Amino acid sequence: MSCVQTIADYGLRAIGIGERLLPREDFTLCQQFTLIGSGMIWNVYFGLLALIFGFFFATALAIGKASAKPLFRKPAEWFIFLFRGSPLFIQFFFAYFVFLSLKGVYPFFSPFTAAWLGALIVLFLNTAAYSAEIFYGALQSIPKGEIEAADAYGLSGWSRFRRVVWPTMLRLAWPAYTNEAIFLFHATTLVYFSGFPAWQQRGDALYYASYFADKTFNPFIPYPILAMYFILLTLLIISCFGLVNTRLNRHLPANTGQKLKLRPNLIR
Amino acid sequence: MGNRRRFLKKKPGEGHVPSPSLFQKYALTTPDTRPAIFSFCTDPSSLPDWQWMACYLTTGKHMSIYWSVLTVLLLLAITAPAALAFGFAGASAARSRIAPLSWLGKGYIAIVRGVPDIAFFLFFVIALDQMIEYVRHRALCPDWSEPIRQGNDFVVCAAAKMPLGTAPQWVHETYGFFTAVFTFAIVFGAFAANVLFGAMRAVPRAQLETAEAYGMSPRQTFMRVLVPQMWVYALPGLSNLWMVLIKATPLLFLLGVEDIVYWARELGGTKTERFTEYPHGDWRMWYFLALLVFYLLFTRASEVVLERIMARLTLGQATTGGEAQRKAA
Repeated sequence: MSCVQTIADYGLRAIGIGERLLPREDFTLCQQFTLIGSGMIWNVYFGLLALIFGFFFATALAIGKASAKPLFRKPAEWFIFLFRGSPLFIQFFFAYFVFLSLKGVYPFFSPFTAAWLGALIVLFLNTAAYSAEIFYGALQSIPKGEIEAADAYGLSGWSRFRRVVWPTMLRLAWPAYTNEAIFLFHATTLVYFSGFPAWQQRGDALYYASYFADKTFNPFIPYPILAMYFILLTLLIISCFGLVNTRLNRHLPANTGQKLKLRPNLIR
Repeated sequence: MGNRRRFLKKKPGEGHVPSPSLFQKYALTTPDTRPAIFSFCTDPSSLPDWQWMACYLTTGKHMSIYWSVLTVLLLLAITAPAALAFGFAGASAARSRIAPLSWLGKGYIAIVRGVPDIAFFLFFVIALDQMIEYVRHRALCPDWSEPIRQGNDFVVCAAAKMPLGTAPQWVHETYGFFTAVFTFAIVFGAFAANVLFGAMRAVPRAQLETAEAYGMSPRQTFMRVLVPQMWVYALPGLSNLWMVLIKATPLLFLLGVEDIVYWARELGGTKTERFTEYPHGDWRMWYFLALLVFYLLFTRASEVVLERIMARLTLGQATTGGEAQRKAA
């Protein structure tokens, strides 16, 4: 079987298009590259959607946490503590079993027990909490002069936030937020190991990598392939976020603009 | 036929979750013979709610989940210093003046940090195991002629197996646990190396120049001036790492150790009257809620302790934090 044929069969296997059965024996390098690569579709799906939705929720949470009113501050603080203080792995398990119990009572919840929705919700809430902490830190370090200048121009309320506070907050938070994004994409590999079933063996990249490692009992091929895909993905994220970073800092003299610094991306 | 690790052995089509070995499966279906802690636990079906709950939570299998909490604490207690040692070695290597050593240190930090940690966990357990068996195979069975990799199997002679096929179950479990500890130490060592590397660079250059002016050798400068001063700069990063390490402990489950996640799934699942005196529905949600609360309390307690240590360390330091403390007093 030629490699082109393999790609045609398995290139979109992770979303259920192509060959039904996974290869069972005589694994070729091409099969491993193709299947693990097709699993990356899910990693990108989870990461991207959680990041986009999480961004807006995180902004709201950060403003809530910075608010002087306990009515807004307390819930935001608790939410952030809940999701940052416990392991994502346990959050996945807990959410899965909660959805499973709810499904028994209300059939409405049945899509929530599938990874595409249930795990996405957990990742969305989790990344919102982590990003909110980053945005909150940035809100606290907005230079006083900028707010005073906005007041002097007669800006207040929404227009002050939209034109002054928010852009500065993003500018200050961006390097840390880039790390959070990298981190989130790495965390997507946990999904299929934490209760959420891989329906019809449609899994993410790590699901297929561990499938090959189990079948061949040779970890030295699938995991480095996975590592390669993730390093490429990480580089892509860094360059995309770098573009946004230059845009956010475009009003600053070139040498004072913040450089994106790659800092630890740890497990949660 | 092959020498597959017991906890990685799976039937095709089974979920990608370490399945218990035959021994464990057997152990799980045998009746609980341990005497009950409370004397009223003889006939659970006739008990009022609170007594039923007290008996239920003290069955032999529940003791296993309490023990596994201790396993987590033990893992933390061993991994934290080990990771620190790896980190120290990595950071020292990365700032070495010998180029290959420096590449080795930097490569270690970069590779481990660039790849999802869970992939590393899954990879390392098998790789480490095969490496040990390969080395033992080479040393113990020199006249073995067949190739070690036969198609999809990894075959070593019986004497090279680790642990030996005849070893009792607890040896297998201990071996599995220490493989896990080593894997954690390698992964977290890289993060610690990154923190310590930064801390070493944060020590004011003038301090090192003074040491050189006193005629200290590079080694002496490192051991007597740099290392004692770097901890203050490293502590925020290391305490962050500790929090992350706590939150990584549930991943033990993926390494095949019977940890709290394993037991929460086991004990929470629906139990019918045929197999247990304490039948109940699907309670896994409540078990994981308990784990969630456990981790929240644990991280909160660590936060409080680390804040105190930080306050103690900054006392009298010529830093912003130390200055703030002086003014407040």
